[in-house]
Amino acid sequence: MNLYLILPILIPLMTAILLFLTWRWRRVQRGLGVAGAAALFVAGLGLLTSVQENGIQAAQMGNWPAPFGITLVADLFSAIMVALVGLIGLAVAVYSVASIDTSREAFGYYAFFHILLMGVCGAFLTGDIFNLYVWFEVMLIASFVLLALGGERAQLEGAIKYVTLNLVSSALFLTAVGILYGVAGTLNMADLALNLHRTAQPGMVTTLAILFFVAFGIKAAVFPLFFWLPASYHTPPVAVSAIFAGLLTKVGIYAMIRVFTLLFIQEPEYTHRLILLVAGLTMIAGVLGALAQTDFRRALAFQHISHVGYMMMGLGLYTGLALAGSVFYIIHHVIVKTNLFLITGVTQRLKGSFDLRKLGGLYRAHPGVALLFFIPAFSLAGVPPLSGFFAKLALIKAGLDAKEYAIVATALGVGLLTLLVMARIWAEAFWKPAPVTSTSSAEEVDGAAASEPGGLRTLLAPIILLAVLTVIVGLVAEPVFALATRAAQQLMNPTEYIQAVLGGRS
Amino acid sequence: MHILMPFVIGALYAAGIYLLMRRSIVKLILGLAILGNAANLLIFTAGRLTRAHPPLVPSGATQPIGTFADPVPQALILTAIVIGFGVLAFALVLVHRANQMVGSDDLDTMKSTDT
Repeated sequence: MNLYLILPILIPLMTAILLFLTWRWRRVQRGLGVAGAAALFVAGLGLLTSVQENGIQAAQMGNWPAPFGITLVADLFSAIMVALVGLIGLAVAVYSVASIDTSREAFGYYAFFHILLMGVCGAFLTGDIFNLYVWFEVMLIASFVLLALGGERAQLEGAIKYVTLNLVSSALFLTAVGILYGVAGTLNMADLALNLHRTAQPGMVTTLAILFFVAFGIKAAVFPLFFWLPASYHTPPVAVSAIFAGLLTKVGIYAMIRVFTLLFIQEPEYTHRLILLVAGLTMIAGVLGALAQTDFRRALAFQHISHVGYMMMGLGLYTGLALAGSVFYIIHHVIVKTNLFLITGVTQRLKGSFDLRKLGGLYRAHPGVALLFFIPAFSLAGVPPLSGFFAKLALIKAGLDAKEYAIVATALGVGLLTLLVMARIWAEAFWKPAPVTSTSSAEEVDGAAASEPGGLRTLLAPIILLAVLTVIVGLVAEPVFALATRAAQQLMNPTEYIQAVLGGRS
Repeated sequence: MHILMPFVIGALYAAGIYLLMRRSIVKLILGLAILGNAANLLIFTAGRLTRAHPPLVPSGATQPIGTFADPVPQALILTAIVIGFGVLAFALVLVHRANQMVGSDDLDTMKSTDT
């Protein structure tokens, strides 16, 4: 039994149990919350190194041989994602210590935070499609609680939309799994990859592919199924927004990439073209929405949708380079987007508002914070030499190679508009002089922040860490891109994956 | 049975989606419940409806004798029912709290986070 495969699920589970046992001791909760996330990060890095050295790892749960039992599999793509979960978990856990109010802490914030991490890791590691559904639900129920915890009106309204659309998505996913079992008679993804093209009903398989696409599309917030995201992501505390933005839609993207590189590759000229088309529309819809927003976090939420389009673009093109671009884009986006959301918390602490019209003068008052916003913001827009530039470069190169000029033009145009959105936020929140009316309240908030010694420093520590990582990923893009390329090679040639799961049987 | 079930399942899906599109949050919850049940029945039907023995291996044999029912869809449905129950319980409480907070059960009055 490979310990690395089970640790990313076991560590958050154990942490959550300990957190439930220490329900009343707030200090212990904070310490455990951070320590558990740190341990998960170490385990994720361990898994990544192990997969890099020894190839794809698989473990049969309960020693039931595949395809009868549940298999945990980690190829490079999974391992990268698990390592990212650890990183983001750690950053947001540290941030939570300084930003989550005591009433939320008292109702088990950290415990649900770790259950969420467990669900996300489980979804990345499982090799069984029904088990994937179960991990989705684990992740969802934890995210429901985190979203609604606190019970403010905006939170509850946002949560109703989030819960409803995600449950509809789950019902569709379950439907698709049921039909898939009826068609292929197995649920192990490697076994499905072998058997699916042998079934006598190719039309049924394509229908199923689209059913999965819609189910995962809702979770990943693609056009036109994204409306739950901008209605809910700006309502909970900043730390929760950040972890949602960093990880949850990525699970949808991951699941989509997994099934459309492993299972549904029979009719790429239909399914992958549809993905490409939807990718383009998602980019445009998201960025146009972002242009119209005046709330800091809502603008970022719309921006997020637009970038989901980029991650799908690589899958739609379906070449080695394009998938490598997608994987690189996911790495870049997880780090950058979480960071941007975390920064909105700092500006809110400094100025007392998320409204861009009420913000201003931050560059003059806090040049350090402005610089910290500048790095991820312009990385997101794809300005060289930051990480976003190389991610977009790979995707656009792949698009040109595949002679898909329409999507390349869209990606470039949306890139420009992203820059515009980011420049607008920069001008509104940081560059323009502070609005006169809010000076008195801003001073009060400044006073409140100052009375909490160390509070702001704890908020800034994870932001600085992620910003430095953004710069590093940009400056030494080559090894990271090599990693993404190898992950993409494994995705493009599922034989290795199938071999690792089923052993000599294939 | 094989002809009846698809119609029942289709009607359940239609009813669930219809209820989801109403404005009342109570109907929203009912719609989600019906949709979940429709999916469960669909898994059951997709696993073939057979009148057969439970898949038990008699002592001395290496595999079940004669026709036997596939246990996997039943295990899947059992899992899905438990998950659906938990999620629905949460959704009920959420809707109740939202109703208390907003003072209405009309979804159209809950649009403050949309714009």
